[in-house]
Formats: sequence, structure tokens, C-alpha cells
Amino acid sequence: MIQPADLRADLRARAEALGQSLPALLAEADQLARSVQLGAHGRRRAGQGDEFWQYRPAHAGDAARSIDWRRSARSDTHFVREREWQAVQSVTLWVDRARAMGFSGDANRPAKADRARLLALALAVLLLRGGERVGLAGGDPPRPGRAQLMPLLAQLDGDAPEDFGAPLTAGLVPHGRAVFLSDFLGPLPPLEAALAEATEQGVRGALLQVLDPAEEEFPFGGRVIFASMGGTLSHETQSAAELRARYLDRLAERKARLADLARSAGWHFSTHHTGQPAQSALLWLYQALEGGR
Amino acid sequence: MIAGLAFTTPWLLLGLLALPVLWLLLRAIPPAPIRRRFPGVALLLGLEDKDRQADRTPWWLLLLRALAVAAAILGFAGPILNPEPGQPGTGPLVILLDGGWADARDWARRQERALAALEEAGRAGRPVAVASLADTPQALLPGTAADWQGRLGALQPKPWLPQDLAAWGTNLPEGGFETLWLSDGLAHPGADDLAAALLDHGPLRVVASPRPLYALHPALFDGGKIRLAASRSPATTETTVEISARGPDPSGTDRELARLPLTFAAGAPRAEAELDLPPELRNRITRFEILGQRTAGAVSLTDDTLKRRKVAILSGGADREGMQLLSPTHYLRQALSPVADLLDGSLSDVLPAKPDVIILADVARLTQSEQDGLLDWLDGGGLLLRFAGPRLAASDVARGDEDPLMPVRLREGGRAVGGSMSWGEPKTLAPFPEGSPFHGLAVPPEVTVTEQVLAQPDPELAGRTIAALADGTPLVTRKAVGAGQVVLVHVTANAEWSSLPLSGLFMQMLERLAVSTRAGGGAEQVQGLTWAPERLLDGYGQLADAGQLAGVPGETMAKVLTTGPGPAAPPGLYRNEERRVAVNAVNAETALTPASWPLAATVEGLETARALALKGWLLAGALVLLALDVLAALALSGRLPGLRRAVTVPMLAATLLAGAVLAPGSLRAQEAAPPPDPAADARAIEATRGVVLAHVLTGDAKVDEVADAGLRGLGEELWRRTAIEPEEPMGVDLETDELAFYPFLYWPVTANQPLPSPAAYAKLNRFLRTGGMILFDTRDGDVAGYGGGATPEAQVLQVIAAGLDIPPLEPLPRDHVLTRSFYLLQEFPGRYNAPDLWVEAAPPDATLEDGMPFRRLNDGVTPVILGGNDWAGAWAIRPDGSPMFAVGRGAAGEQMREIAYRFGINVVMHVLTGNYKSDQVHVPALLERLGQ
Repeated sequence: MIQPADLRADLRARAEALGQSLPALLAEADQLARSVQLGAHGRRRAGQGDEFWQYRPAHAGDAARSIDWRRSARSDTHFVREREWQAVQSVTLWVDRARAMGFSGDANRPAKADRARLLALALAVLLLRGGERVGLAGGDPPRPGRAQLMPLLAQLDGDAPEDFGAPLTAGLVPHGRAVFLSDFLGPLPPLEAALAEATEQGVRGALLQVLDPAEEEFPFGGRVIFASMGGTLSHETQSAAELRARYLDRLAERKARLADLARSAGWHFSTHHTGQPAQSALLWLYQALEGGR
Repeated sequence: MIAGLAFTTPWLLLGLLALPVLWLLLRAIPPAPIRRRFPGVALLLGLEDKDRQADRTPWWLLLLRALAVAAAILGFAGPILNPEPGQPGTGPLVILLDGGWADARDWARRQERALAALEEAGRAGRPVAVASLADTPQALLPGTAADWQGRLGALQPKPWLPQDLAAWGTNLPEGGFETLWLSDGLAHPGADDLAAALLDHGPLRVVASPRPLYALHPALFDGGKIRLAASRSPATTETTVEISARGPDPSGTDRELARLPLTFAAGAPRAEAELDLPPELRNRITRFEILGQRTAGAVSLTDDTLKRRKVAILSGGADREGMQLLSPTHYLRQALSPVADLLDGSLSDVLPAKPDVIILADVARLTQSEQDGLLDWLDGGGLLLRFAGPRLAASDVARGDEDPLMPVRLREGGRAVGGSMSWGEPKTLAPFPEGSPFHGLAVPPEVTVTEQVLAQPDPELAGRTIAALADGTPLVTRKAVGAGQVVLVHVTANAEWSSLPLSGLFMQMLERLAVSTRAGGGAEQVQGLTWAPERLLDGYGQLADAGQLAGVPGETMAKVLTTGPGPAAPPGLYRNEERRVAVNAVNAETALTPASWPLAATVEGLETARALALKGWLLAGALVLLALDVLAALALSGRLPGLRRAVTVPMLAATLLAGAVLAPGSLRAQEAAPPPDPAADARAIEATRGVVLAHVLTGDAKVDEVADAGLRGLGEELWRRTAIEPEEPMGVDLETDELAFYPFLYWPVTANQPLPSPAAYAKLNRFLRTGGMILFDTRDGDVAGYGGGATPEAQVLQVIAAGLDIPPLEPLPRDHVLTRSFYLLQEFPGRYNAPDLWVEAAPPDATLEDGMPFRRLNDGVTPVILGGNDWAGAWAIRPDGSPMFAVGRGAAGEQMREIAYRFGINVVMHVLTGNYKSDQVHVPALLERLGQ
């Protein structure tokens, strides 16, 4: 796969264009108390931070140095000045780079992998603008700032040789967030394992299944030998049209299974088709990360 | 059908035996699979095909292929439909065509038939001779078929009929030969002799056409009507043909002037009809033709026979009562009234009627204006015929100098001969000299001249004399004036001076001068003159210029007029000076007699069953079937993108058929449904739920869509910026929807908008009077104002607005409340920024008060706003909220869009709040007063 610099710049430009159409995302997490890293976002409760939050009457046990004398001098009781608790979120993205993602049912449609990368990067742009830390699974740990975009972009490049991808849990930050972008058409056990591990680490997030419309409709007929993108799997049929109903059943079953998995792990699940605009999927991702309550 | 089928290589048909083998072979081989990359294959693993039959070729595909192969085998076997039986003839072949106009009706088929015979003879190596019997008889020289083929193709039917077949009988080649005679079905003179002569030499085959033949006889003028007659052969059932009279229209274009049906009674060979036409129209007719018959016989050219010239007769002096026979014009009137249209009145009265001829009987003096008028008229081609008389003799006209209206100078007094008071005998006429228009007329000896005016001897006198007395004194002189001529008869028009007006010669002379036209055919009228062919008919009845053909002598012409045209004088128009004679292919007496053939001759029809080689058709059919097979095979193996599912062709056809049958029914059902009232109620509720901006449905789907999107965009902005929270915009059909629910109508004007009905106008006017506002948008702000003319939309708007109750308008004044009802605006752009915006004119007494920035314009909301800036285009948003159209360029464009939104908000504010903002102007004053 050729990835000259201008192509990369193009991808980045498109991702930024997509990211501009949404307000900055404030990642919200209730479990973040233990993975605290000071950041720019108030948690709307007292805690560590720079911003003033409230004065409260001093209790026994408050250190004398914590008493705000200026405020206390205006009344008879002592007051302690509390600061707002501020934190940032760490989001780990995993984009399936297996060969199955290179499929496109129509010359006019982007490959699934392209769409998945675009969505991942757009999400990264949004998150970084909101001050969050973003990283790729299996890569460097999440970092904040727009400078992080370029490493992300570099890491998104390249295809894996295997037919179907398995989620990486290497870069997950405990109690952080994770987004898995894949077609999830391969075997499920690796995904189950990854989700289990993420759950153990208190990581929550979203599964976004990126499918080509051809995979959703199965518009084939006649005598066909179906082969996976890598050629490791193949299936021959005499009448492809006759298989359609059963294929669709299995696809629905797969989606239901994925939804179950996500629900049991406290994750969100949705399906995105490359025939649709990317904005809807980005919006969904935005909401999925925001509405983590 | 099968009886007429033969094969050139029948043994190839054995290949059909291989078809069952093919059937089995094809059944065994399933279509080849396609390899497809498909990630979803993981989900497919383990799914078994339910029906293993699909790997066999379907029966209909097998049938298709078997048919294709069978068609190919049959095609290569060379089937021929109606194979020609071998011609047994030997020896030379003579092909005779009648070749007259009667052949023109199906000349192509005759040629084809003759060519077929030629080709046959050529294949058999027989010498051939071809002759068209309408030609002058000549010796028949047999040649090779190849020689004759080109000449036969160039042969055209002649516009006459064969004249002398017996003469052909003497020109036949020696020895025995076979004859093929393509007859036109008519009996021609000498045909029996020729047939007998041909039978002497060998067998005679006669080919006759079954198509009926029609001939149109020359039209006759009879009692003010035109009598038309047509003949036909064979005389069969009752038939009606249409006869068309053609001629130039006033602009000179040839067109049909009249048409009349002519009905042949059953068994009648001849039919007649009468045509009554006004003289103006009748004089224009140049030809009659039977519609649908392309032969020279179905065309009848007209000549002077049908023309009725307009003749004005004027005489000098008052008529003397009781002496009618002495009246100078009595004989002229008697002679001309049956054959010409006579005009009466003074010269100044008749000149504007443009008569063809003006006769001045014994008129000496003319006023200067009369003379000028006459000269003008002569220049245009008139004929001035003057008769002498006592007044002319007594006057001094043309005594010294030549009078422009006299051909010669006259000697004073004239002369009288043979009278009781004079010497000598009355003079007789000399024979008319050659070159005179009267040449060829017999001079009756009883015509005598007793008195006449004499011409002055002059060098030109001899050239101007066209008739003279026996002693050489001129009797009739003439000279050309412009395109016309002046003719002077040196005697009176009555019998006073000579007996000429009493004789038949007088009539003939008038005819020769084209003063009158003959009432019937007259061979003697053409005697002695040379007739130059002007336009000639071809065999198909088409007129063509004659070119430089030699003239036809009068004797020949006289013969032709009685017996019918021939090579010497083909049908057409002939001319001698002012007169024209039409020679028609058919004359009044021509009868179409069916031919009778000797018993020994074999008569066959023109129709021959042509041998039809089916090889090409069958092979083409096989190719088509194979092409279908390719499509079907592609469809079966899923390679045809159009057919997503493996729908078998019969199923598809059935679906289409069912759709075609059902669709009209459902349409009818839709039409029949009455307009449901609940829907209207729901619409009313929808429209009154809140403020609803509405636009008028124009019928142009695109414009309506933009208008809807525009109002939605404006509504969004109103929601965001103001307290007005409009509901979804609605389209309003002026004819059916109630307008009272809407405060504001946006009306995009399209060039092809239908005009509202009177009921809709009533509704609109009620809407305007009760406080509604219409924003007319001609959407032409980009082009309006350039070139000065109104755009189509503006014109439509004018028409629409004509029926509306609209007050006087003025261009939006700078202090109008629209400029400040919400935003302060100086201009009102949409997608365009034309400055013209028209609103109700301010009352004339509006004045500017001191200290006030605006006039007092308190009352009333303008009922209409007219402009052309395509505001809806600027307001329009897509469902996702992005603008539908670009406005202007870059940031300036976006600024313009913003101003457009502000204008829309101002308009809606103005509609909803009326003059409230105008009152606001006075708030400072009110506050000041309150403070006191």
C-alpha cells in the first residue's frame, strides 16, 4: 500500500474537516477518580486542581495551612478554600488493519479500512481538541495535544497480513476509554478475551462495526466461490441468491452477539456502513464516549 | 408456405439429428463459477446449498441454445421461399413495354418485371431486344441482356400513348423469338396487328397490371361553370376520386385552389362533375389533376380556354336612344359578353380594376390624367384596342406627331370608298401576312370596307400593320408600349364603315388578339401560327421547362389537338404571343378502352412471387438467439450487474406484464378517489398550529422545492434570533387550499406559470385585503435591468398581477418600515442584489417632520413586495442544515446571505407586527412627554 506524505496529509485534512463540525468533546467518566491525572477539565466536585471551587467551614483535622485566612477574617468561623477536581480522559483507539477491512463492494465506495481510519482520526482530533489523551492500542501510551495527531497518523498506516483482526489490549489505560473499529466478521473469541481484559481494567468504550453495504445486502447470484480477502477461507455455492436469507440471518445473529458482548461489558455497540456519511458514525462515537454514565 | 420452400443444400439438414446430443451435452455442464473476494465468507462457512438442481442448465436456456443451433443449421441449408421454376424458353426474347403515360402508375414494377425477365434471359444466354412502343417505330435489334439492363433502367414513360403499333409489326427481327409484352391494359391502334405479327414469330406472354387507370379530360367552360370529366379503365365498382385544381396564389406560390370529388357509378367508364368558382380564382387555375394518380393522363393543363378576360369597353359621346344597332359598342358587347367579363364605367373607374383589355370605340380625346393612367397600365402589360370612327376622323389626334396611345399617325379626314358619293368599289381584305397574329385565318370575301381612317405613310408603318386591305392600306395597326400594346382598327366597331363586325372573322380576330377566349376547342384557332413549347409534361404528370425545343407548326398543333399528343408535340403548354394553348395527354374524346388479346397469347399479372432466400434471416435469428444466450448465461452465473437476483426470464416477464396490467388500474383508482375532507381538516390544523410561512406552488417541482427549503431556512433563523417560532413551511395550491391561515405567502414567479382561475383570484384578493402579504420573487435579479426588456418572469408577473387588487406601488423608499422592522437594512439581497424592490406607495401627504429621521408612514402593511433577488435561494438549507446554494463568493457571499436572512426576518416581522416599528420612532417623543 502506497502511503506518500501527501496522501497522509489528505487523510489528516479530511479528518480535521470532519472533526470541525462537532463541538469539542468533554470526555466524562465517573470511574476516573483513581486514574487521576491533572488536566484542564473540572469534575464539578471538590478535589485536586487549580480552579476555585467553594469555601467550606473548617472541620477538625483540616491542616492549618489549608485554612483561607482572607475569607476567615471576614467572619467568625474558619473557612477552607476548596479547589475543583480536574482530570483528563485517556482514550485508546483500535483500528482493525486486517485484510478483510480492505474490502469495498463498489468502486465508488471507500474500503472499510479507509472509513475506519478516517473515523478514528476524526475522533482523535475531537478528543485532542477537548484536551483528552489519545493513543492507539498496541502503540505508545495516550498523549494529549495536537502534536499527538502525527504519531497517530503514522501508526494508523499499514495493513496487517492476517485475514481477520484481533483487538489489541496492550495500550489500554486502566479506567480509560477505548474504541474498537472493525468489521468484527472474524472469529469472536479474541474479541471476547479483549473485552474481558478491558473490563477487568475498568476500561469502557464503544465497538463500531464498519460494514460495506455489499456485506449487508449480499447482492450476489449464480454459481460463486466466495473467498476471504487473504484467501485462507473459501466457500462454494451453486446459487448464491439462495444463500442470501441464511447469510443475512447469520449476520443479524453476529450483530446481536456483538451487542450482547458490548452490553455485558458496559460498552456501546453500533454498525456503520461505508455507504453512509461518516458524520453519523462520528456523532455516535461522540455520544457513546460522552454518555458513559 | 411449406410447398413453396426448397433448400439449396438439403443434406445439411441431417445436422438437426445432432440436436438431442447437444441437449444432453449442455444439460450435463453447469455454468462456470465466479471467484469473488468477500469478507463475509466467514459467515457463510457451513451453509449447504438446498437445491442442487441449479447446477444444471435450466430448460429454457437449453431450448434457447437448441433453437439457435437449429436456426443456424436450417440457415446454412439455404432455404428459399417461392423458388422460381426453371424458365423453359429458348431463343431470342423480345420485351415490349407500352411506355406511355398509362404505364407511369406502376412504372417501377414494370421495370422490375422487365429486369427480372432480362436477368433470366441473361442467365440463359438468350439474346434480348427491348422496346418502348410509345417511341417512334424502329428496328428491333437483339443484343445481350447486359447491354439492355442499363438502358432499361434509364427508360421513362412518355407522356403520350403508343400511336402506331402496326408500324412496329414491320420492324420485328427475323426468325423465331419469344415475346414478353408489358401492357398498360389499354387498346392502342394497331395492337391486334402487332399481336398477330408477334404470334407468327413465337409465343407471346402479356403482362397486365390490375391497377385501375384514370384519365382526366380537359376542363370545359360551360355556362359560368367548369365542367370536368374523367375516365377510367377497367370500369368496375363505384369509386370516388378527388380532383384538385391548382394554380398560383396571390403571392405566386403554387397551391391547391379547389378540390371536388368525382364519383364513377358502378360499371361506368366516365364521370363528370361541375365546379363553380369565382372568376378571380378560376383565372388562376393552371392545372387540374386527379389526386393520387401520378400520370400525365391524370393531369389536365388549362390554357386561355378557362380564362375570362376583363374587358372594359368605352365609347365616346352619349348613346343615341333608339339606335342601338348603330351604337359604336353594340357588336363588341354582343361578341364579348359570352366570353369575357365586361367592365363598365368611366376610364378612371375601370383602370383600378386592372382590366386585361380596354377597348376605346371612337374615342378621340383623353384628359391628361386619363392618358397617364392608360400609359401606366399599358406599361404593365395591358392591351388597348381602339376603333376608329367619325369622332376620331374628325379630331386632330395623331395628326402631326405620333400620339403615345395611337400606333400610327393619321391623315386628316380618312377616306370613303364604294359609297354612293364616291368612286370605286368597297375594298376587301388582303390575306393576312406572315408574322401577323391573324395569319392563318381565312378571309371571307363578303367582308368589305367602305370607310376608314388612313395612316400617314411612315417608315415604321409597314412593320406596324398587321392587317391590310386588298389595295395595301392598313386596316389594323399596332405598336408595343412598354409590356403592353396599342392596336388600332381603322374602321368602326359597328357596321357603319365596314361589314367586318358582322362577319365571323371579327370574332376570330378578337380571339387572336387575346381579347376574348374561345368557348370550345378549335383547331382552326391554331392554324398558321408557330407554337413555342413553354412547359412540358413528363409521363408522371410533372411540368418542366421546355428549354430550347423547336416550335410546333400550327398544322401539327391542330392535328394534335384533335387526335392527341405524340412525339411531334408532347403534352404541355405552348405559346404564341399572348395566347397559350395547352396540349393534354387526354383530350375530350379520349376513351380508355381495355385491351383485348388473341387467344394464343398468355396473359399474366404483374405480380410475381419473388424467390426469397431465407438463409440470411435464419442466420440473423441464430445470432440473435446466441446473443440472448450470452445474456442469459451471464444472468445465470450472476455476472450480469442489472439482475441482482437470479430471476429467471419468464418470471421477470411475468412481473413486468403484471405491472403493466396493474398500473393503469391503480392510477384510475387514484383519480376516482374523492378529495377527502379529513385531510383538509388536518392541513388546516397544521397551518394554524403556529405561524406557518407558506409559498405558492408553481407547478415547477424544482422551484417549489427551493421555496420550501428557503422558508425552512428562514424559519430556522427566526427561531434562533427572534420570538417568532414558525412551524414547518407549507406549499399552497391557490386553486384548492384556503389562504386565510397564512400571514405571509412567498410566490416565486416562473415563466411558464399557469394563470390562477377567477376563483383563485377572488381568494387572493380577499387574502390581500384582509392583511395578508405576498412576496413576489421573479428570481431574475441577475439578468433583470440589462438590455431594457422585461424578463419572461417579469412578463408573467405582470399578467398575474393584472388580476390582483394591488395598490399603487413605488420603489422601496429609504425610510420604509421594512428597513428597520427588526434589523437596520440598506439593501435587500437574495442570491442576487438587484436594487429594485417595489412596495405600496406612501400616501402623497406623508411629510418629514422636524427632528424626525423618518416620515410618518404609520398605517398599513404593504400587501405586496415585488422583487427578483431569489431570496428563497439564499435562505434555502438542506435537511442537514447546510446552505443549498452558494451566494456570491467567499466571505462577502456569506455576508450577503446574512443580509438576505435579515431581510427575510424584517419581512416576517413587518407582516406580523405591522406598523409597530414605525410607531417606535416616536418613543423618544413619548418619553419626553411622559417625563413632563
